[in-house]
Amino acid sequence: MRVALFATCVNDAVLPRAAIATVRLLERLGVRVDFPEQQSCCGQPQFNTGYRHLTEPLVRRMERVFDGYDHVVTPSGSCAAMVRDNYPRIGAKAQAEGRGDELARAAQAVTPRLLELTEFLVDVLGVTDVGAYFPHKVTYHPSCHGLRMLGLGTRPLGLLRAVKGLELAELPGAEECCGFGGTFAVKNPDVSAAMGADKIANARSTGAEVLCGADNSCLLHLQGMLRRQNSGRQDAPLRAVHLAEILAATETTPWSPA
Amino acid sequence: MSGTYLGMPAFPQAAKAATRDTRLRANLRHATHTIRDKRARAVGELDDWAVLREAGKRIKDRTLRHLDTYLLQLEEHVTAAGGTVHWAADAAEANRIVADLVQATGETEVVKVKSMATQEIGLNEALAAEGITAYETDLAELIVQLGDDLPSHILVPAIHRNRGEIRDIFAEKMARWGRPAPEGLTDRPADLAEAARLHLREKFLRAKVGVSGANFMIAETGTLVVVESEGNGRMCLTLPETLISVVGIEKVLPTWQDLEVFLQLLPRSSTAERMNPYTTMWTGTSEGDGPRDFHLVLLDNGRTDTLADEVGRQVLRCIRCSACLNVCPVYERAGGHAYGSPYPGPIGAVLTPQLRGTTSAVDASLPFASSLCGACYEVCPVAIDIPEVLVHLREQVAGQPGHRAERAAMQAATWLFEHPAALAAAERAASATRALHPRRLPLGPAKAWTETRDLPQLPAESFRSWWQHHHTEPPTPPEPTS
Repeated sequence: MRVALFATCVNDAVLPRAAIATVRLLERLGVRVDFPEQQSCCGQPQFNTGYRHLTEPLVRRMERVFDGYDHVVTPSGSCAAMVRDNYPRIGAKAQAEGRGDELARAAQAVTPRLLELTEFLVDVLGVTDVGAYFPHKVTYHPSCHGLRMLGLGTRPLGLLRAVKGLELAELPGAEECCGFGGTFAVKNPDVSAAMGADKIANARSTGAEVLCGADNSCLLHLQGMLRRQNSGRQDAPLRAVHLAEILAATETTPWSPA
Repeated sequence: MSGTYLGMPAFPQAAKAATRDTRLRANLRHATHTIRDKRARAVGELDDWAVLREAGKRIKDRTLRHLDTYLLQLEEHVTAAGGTVHWAADAAEANRIVADLVQATGETEVVKVKSMATQEIGLNEALAAEGITAYETDLAELIVQLGDDLPSHILVPAIHRNRGEIRDIFAEKMARWGRPAPEGLTDRPADLAEAARLHLREKFLRAKVGVSGANFMIAETGTLVVVESEGNGRMCLTLPETLISVVGIEKVLPTWQDLEVFLQLLPRSSTAERMNPYTTMWTGTSEGDGPRDFHLVLLDNGRTDTLADEVGRQVLRCIRCSACLNVCPVYERAGGHAYGSPYPGPIGAVLTPQLRGTTSAVDASLPFASSLCGACYEVCPVAIDIPEVLVHLREQVAGQPGHRAERAAMQAATWLFEHPAALAAAERAASATRALHPRRLPLGPAKAWTETRDLPQLPAESFRSWWQHHHTEPPTPPEPTS
């Protein structure tokens, strides 16, 4: 089984801990992981902002870079959803514009092999208990793309429940969007911040120390708000942590902040 | 007269004020969460909801594919039943037709059933300019009209008002429009409803002309259908001598049997009821029963252009249930007025720019008034993929003038992502200087981010650098034999 990691641009440049954790977790589970270094970004920011044509070279790149792998695993629900939902549309639109089926074939080649991390763990490896240890109170935010576009269902919570020492607190209004939404966060900053503030208030109401998610772009927004809020607060700080970091933590190599 | 949407600011500016209005936020949060939960229960009662939804989608798609055929069939059957059919290409033509029809009766007043199509074309304002007064008779539309206000929700247009505000509006304004509010009116819902009932009853009994829209039109029989909850619709549709219905061309259904699907989908999605209290159906005119004169104004107003768009046409399936508004996190915080049209919320963000185009500031901003969370698509009873249409419309707006800086930034990002060696160098440079990066920035998108959020502290090294320098291959496991 040849497995490649698609780290995603956000994890690569800004939040590498989630990608490093994914590698360590998969290797601990006996999976040999490659990181093809010609990879970069799935093109979601361009596509969702209305620049479809600028995503086309990145569709071709994804197909080229991950050619020959049985599975491409990514610790990001929204990037996985971009590939699975939108690559076929990009291919179909190019065909409709009379530009042949080359993009559609590229999309078709990569789309079925791209899996979000929890899908790979539960569906391909067939594991729920990954042998992790994380002695903290955690609440889980199922980001919209994982929840509604990929339909991750109970996979993330099932994995978290099996983590030794972890106390799981149910997040009120879990299915509601955190307000990130890519360029929405800067095009509609007031609504975005109002949504983020409500998400954080719900997370705080659980008494959790950790707000866990499987999408670092959402967590970037929430952690940015948390850091702003935490400065000046007396109570225990809440922090946003990617699911992969929790699953990678063990008693011998425990998770540590920063 | 009610207010106007002309000259509305772009969505982000309009929404900014709403997010800071704590009373509005509380009203909207309470109302949308209540109806959202009720809808989920009403839909959950049906084992075959997914099948119904798929049937609704397919019936609408098939009808839209052969819209010309069904509209001509409808015209034939309405005419045969004694009605008169008028075709209106746009709002101005529809308003002209209705004003001429009212003037031909010699009347200067009409009573109205709640209707999105007549809101869309600004009929009340057009009639007022001709000296004709249109009275809204739906309770919430009455509140909006008396308050010189604009609707902010498709189903509950006064959702932004609480009962104290409604009491004040009734006490102050009813007298100017007809029977005044009773002395000492309280804000008890029953008292407010009674005040509205007394005020409206005089108008129902006096009016000679009624104006409505319709939820559905049946091509095979020429029957129109209005579903409602208050009985005001039944009054307006049966008591006047002349009835004028303004209906969007996408409201046609081929057969009676098709109605079975939509009379299940619509009430559960909109009011969370198994069946709405009043369903009025009429076919042309009947001697000695109901209006003697019936006119149907079939409205295009951008619908044919929308139908021509392969991605955008799915919004014509919409049955105006407003389930998407009630689950939308953006609508809940921005309120309906920010959308600058009678169609607020997710459906408005995809419908308005298609019907009106994207030249005004507010219309061009609507496709971006969404985090693409997909909650709207999930609850839509006719499976309109609103996020897909939003992104499709964003592409149209991004191609318009005024996006040079954004396009350049997106081009630069794609260039960088196409050159991983340059990307790695940029990451190294960014990490090396990370101690110097500020947490707040004064301009543009960075300012919009940092007003409420810290920028992340960049890592000491990127993932790709870690992979090159620190990752060691684990011992090769034996290859599986299978």
